[in-house]
Amino acid sequence: MAGTAKILVFIDSPDGPLHKVQRELLTLAGTLGEPAAAVSSPPDEALLAELAGYGAATVYQPAAQLEDSLVAPNAAFLANVVREAAPAAVLLENSYEGKETAARLGIKLSSGVVTDAIAVAPDLSVTKSVLAGAYTVVAKVTTGTPLITVKANSIEAAAGTGTGMPVVVEVDPGEPGPAARVTERSAKPASGRPDLGEARVVVAGGRGVNGDFGPIEELADALGGAVGASRAATDAGWIDHSAQVGQTGKTVSPQLYISAGISGAIQQKAGMQTAQVIVAVNKDADSPVFEIADFGVVGDLFQVLPQAAGEIRKRKG
Amino acid sequence: MHKADNSALKIVVLVKYVPDTQFDRHLTANSHTVDRSESILSELDEYAIEAALQLIEARGGAKAGNTVTALTVGPAAAVNAVKKALQLGATDGVHVTDEALAGSDASGTSLVLAAAIRSLGPVDLVLTGMASTDGETSLVPAQLAERLGLAQLTFAASLEVDGGVVTARRDDGQESETVQAQLPALVSVTDQINEPRYPNFKGIIAAKKKKVAELALSDLGLDPGQVGRTGAWTTVLSAEARPPRGQGTIITDEGDAGIKLVDFLASRKLL
Ligand SMILES: Cc1cc2nc3c(=O)[nH]c(=O)nc-3n(C[C@H](O)[C@H](O)[C@H](O)COP(=O)(O)OP(=O)(O)OC[C@H]3O[C@@H](n4cnc5c(N)ncnc54)[C@H](O)[C@@H]3O)c2cc1C
Ligand SMILES: Nc1ncnc2c1ncn2[C@@H]1O[C@H](COP(=O)(O)O)[C@@H](O)[C@H]1O
Repeated sequence: MAGTAKILVFIDSPDGPLHKVQRELLTLAGTLGEPAAAVSSPPDEALLAELAGYGAATVYQPAAQLEDSLVAPNAAFLANVVREAAPAAVLLENSYEGKETAARLGIKLSSGVVTDAIAVAPDLSVTKSVLAGAYTVVAKVTTGTPLITVKANSIEAAAGTGTGMPVVVEVDPGEPGPAARVTERSAKPASGRPDLGEARVVVAGGRGVNGDFGPIEELADALGGAVGASRAATDAGWIDHSAQVGQTGKTVSPQLYISAGISGAIQQKAGMQTAQVIVAVNKDADSPVFEIADFGVVGDLFQVLPQAAGEIRKRKG
Repeated sequence: MHKADNSALKIVVLVKYVPDTQFDRHLTANSHTVDRSESILSELDEYAIEAALQLIEARGGAKAGNTVTALTVGPAAAVNAVKKALQLGATDGVHVTDEALAGSDASGTSLVLAAAIRSLGPVDLVLTGMASTDGETSLVPAQLAERLGLAQLTFAASLEVDGGVVTARRDDGQESETVQAQLPALVSVTDQINEPRYPNFKGIIAAKKKKVAELALSDLGLDPGQVGRTGAWTTVLSAEARPPRGQGTIITDEGDAGIKLVDFLASRKLL
């Protein structure tokens, strides 16, 4: 067990069991100090028990329901939690909302923010990659309470030996100020596959799939992975924009990224270069994607992918 | 200053001068800051400029009193980002530059941007890119909104302004959301929102007559200690060029590459 300083984890809109990234954040918090959780809406018994399992001794909830507005209500509430709990650091998800909540919280508390963390050391220094993965830097917050947004898959989630229900503390939600209201939400059709941002395995297709994501989906399903895409494929309308990986899409760091029919432009690399293992399948041996591949196949994805998927199913029985 | 009508819009668009992603980019050895020798207007800010131009063009353009002010904070050469925006159709520009700014983090940059925007008087809309292609943090728009007390509509994939209300759609993975706020507001836009135009000859000529105000920190009532490396709330302790990924194995398919691929996955315990 590390120091006894509180490490606050922000759990946004809990809706059932903790998400994988939230479990990872709590696990990370446990390596840095004593985990505590701030939840944006009151947790039910099951969630409290789950938080207890990750060692959260205290859970902070808003004393009144937060407005359904973008970012500002979360930041106002969290600022009050930080004043109350005085944690050594706050960990948030590296999603758009997570980063922006940290951003506004940073101004409210005069605290530095580091985004895109892939590791956080006990001295709260943060490892991240920058310039589309060209450099790895170690950064540190020097002013205020370190606010750190952590990428998914940076740590293996592991419930500890937490016992006893956490103490629930109600905190004044504060004054969010002008904020944009959410006037409509439409859920996208569920694919039944893991979330792209959280998945351990991502199989991504590009212009080379020529309109047919069948082989990509088949291999993703054989591996229990998520489906990703290059912008060329999403722009062509072959797959929803939410599947785009890269500078202007999702940044993923799975254990395995299989790139098929993607050339490997800098904007694509920006979103996947921190994957632990990269496999590339491309017809063109000169494709830049091979420069970053741990294993590359110069070949036709319509041959290679179905064969691999069939072999995996065979081996898995 | 709510705008209940559809009178002229006053827009500020934030443009950043960044190293061109077409070339290898480097961090300087001693200060770990980005080497800015081969720089351009951040391509993600072109979408914000385009969004601003479309909004004013739908309202009669500059002739009808609409303005698009391109604002940058950066070294001397950063004025090129503003000039590009003027060639595209922005009506005027502001360039904040000061020796003391070197090494600023998002908190320092947003502090200076906020002061510069306040110095322009009331504005209706602040438009930004979704991220800078060098910093890549997306922190600046949210920090600026917090400092200016503006509603933020970030990562907008569509944008409408009508009767003093701004509406945007954003895609967040599993969900698509419609968000709405009263003007004034801050909007960051994604590369899904439009197709940025190119400068044409007429625009390039017209830009030469447009004004760019150059401001120093003192013009904004800011102290050098609040910005730059001294004023930053974060620091980079070390930086290492990512080692080229260990020589990968590249094979050519001879009919069994799918099997070999699976062998590789098994050898890495990835099945
Ligand atoms: C502002 C901006 C933001 C961007 N953001 C992103 C981003 O977030 N993500 C992103 O991916 N891109 C992004 N891009 C686009 C990026 O620059 C590239 O254009 C894009 O990644 C190319 O997609 P691709 O590799 O699928 O297509 P291409 O570059 O056309 O490559 C297709 C590849 O498929 C191979 N191929 C063809 N047929 C087969 C086959 N049967 N079997 C195997 N291989 C085959 C070809 O050899 C080729 O290498 C952005 C660009 C800009 C300007
Ligand atoms: N120095 C700067 N000058 C002007 N605009 C900036 C500057 N830094 C960031 N921005 C704006 O903020 C957006 C997000 O940048 P960032 O937070 O660095 O990812 C950019 O797309 C710009 O529109």
